[in-house]
Amino acid sequence: MSVSNSFKDAWNYAKSLLIGLGVTGKNFVKPTITVVYPWQQVDNLSTFRGHVELIPKDDDLFTPRCVACGACADACPSHCLTVVAPPKTPKPKADAPAAALVEGRVIPKTEKAAAPEKSRAPVQFFLDYSLCSLCGQCERVCPAKSLRFSNNVYLTGSSREDFKIDLLARMKSQAAGQSAPSRPKSPATAPVSEKEKEPA
Amino acid sequence: MSMTLSLADPLVRLILALVGIFAFVALNGLVLVYVERKVAGFCQRRPGPLHVGPQGLIQPIVDALKLVGKQLLTPPKGDRVLFWAAPLLAFLPVALCFLPLPFDASLKAIELNLGLVLILAFSGVNVIALCLAGWGSGNKWGILGAARAVAQSVAYEVPLLLSVLAVAFMSGSLDLFVVTESQGAWPWQWYALKNPLAFLIFIVCAVAETNRAPFDLPEAESELTAGFHTEYSGMGFGLFFLAEYANMIVVSGVAAALFLGGYQGPVASGIWWFLAKLYAILLLIIWLRWTYPRVRFDQLLNLSWKRLTPVALLVLAGTAIAVRLGG
Repeated sequence: MSVSNSFKDAWNYAKSLLIGLGVTGKNFVKPTITVVYPWQQVDNLSTFRGHVELIPKDDDLFTPRCVACGACADACPSHCLTVVAPPKTPKPKADAPAAALVEGRVIPKTEKAAAPEKSRAPVQFFLDYSLCSLCGQCERVCPAKSLRFSNNVYLTGSSREDFKIDLLARMKSQAAGQSAPSRPKSPATAPVSEKEKEPA
Repeated sequence: MSMTLSLADPLVRLILALVGIFAFVALNGLVLVYVERKVAGFCQRRPGPLHVGPQGLIQPIVDALKLVGKQLLTPPKGDRVLFWAAPLLAFLPVALCFLPLPFDASLKAIELNLGLVLILAFSGVNVIALCLAGWGSGNKWGILGAARAVAQSVAYEVPLLLSVLAVAFMSGSLDLFVVTESQGAWPWQWYALKNPLAFLIFIVCAVAETNRAPFDLPEAESELTAGFHTEYSGMGFGLFFLAEYANMIVVSGVAAALFLGGYQGPVASGIWWFLAKLYAILLLIIWLRWTYPRVRFDQLLNLSWKRLTPVALLVLAGTAIAVRLGG
């Protein structure tokens, strides 16, 4: 009884050992799935949640959809957004936006009485990415659907100042170049096709 | 060829053989490090070493240079003499184990009708080296690793010897050349197929004897940091490393000669057949390492004393009866 059981056990162990060898053996002959970074890049960046960026208007790539309402800055738990709305009065006070920027204060919503033909786009839109926790509250509350997560995966910097990002300037430079300049400038860069990689 | 230094002189042959063996071991150490890391990578769908040289080929040489360049530190609470004797004692006997290996029918380092005994005896010295290394370190992990190494080595030498003895019964000799010659060129004439259980036991014990995963208890990183070689730096560690690979080559060579027909093959018998079989077994050992997790220490000893040793005894008895009836 116990002898036959131990034979059965031994047979089961041996079988499981062979199955284990089969698993590693099969993977041994399959192609590797590592993307060797500087020479290859992944192409599934669309799902990457980088820092937020401004979405331009459909007909004017140099103007954001943003209406400078400040809801994003209010919703941000980390206070990393600074939105400077355009001045209410026709004759702008030159130092108002700059003062607001220095104080880190958000200019209140523009009033409904503002002239309809006047652009409501913000004059300044800053992101301090060193504070951001990527919670997505700003994107969620935006009434103009003007914020989204960028896929700027190659963001690097050598100081804190590098992560204080002028989103308006970034959007405009993207519109001018039609695409963001990607960080790695290796000439042999070739994105890896999604098909080559199998789901885990 | 002068009269005083002829190839027929045993001393000249021995020195030439030792030089050749050290070159072979060093070269194979480098190649096996590379192969091991590449196999590890491929088993896990990674590329392995890639950046130093084409496909990372220079990586082991660079690693060796790094090891040579490192400072040799002696732990202050250790035993200085034993501590430094251990790596030498680990490496030198392994080199001797190559002497009786039958690389080819005419490629003999020494005339020896007890080659198998020499290999088994000198591979047993390895455990003394590990013991001294652990003790000389004056380090708790070193001592635990050494204790494990001794217990493991004692446990696995018994079934190993029994399985070797079964082959010795069948061939009637302890000379590896005679054992090789007594098998034929074709696989069904090899002892691995005539006596598969002995072959299986030999492979399991060989992996355990060389302290390779899944039986690498003496150097279990997760429990003992590095076991007996925790305190070694530079080439002190390098020699243990080299000895491990040299041990692997020896057991693979012995397995090829004892069970797989050595240098004989279906076509064009010669050293390439021996090397092909040797590397096939080495590859299997590496493959095992990257497949199985490390066993627990009680499982290790139970496997040897409760399973392998009784089975090996039965195999030996069966072989003896079969040889008596058949011969």
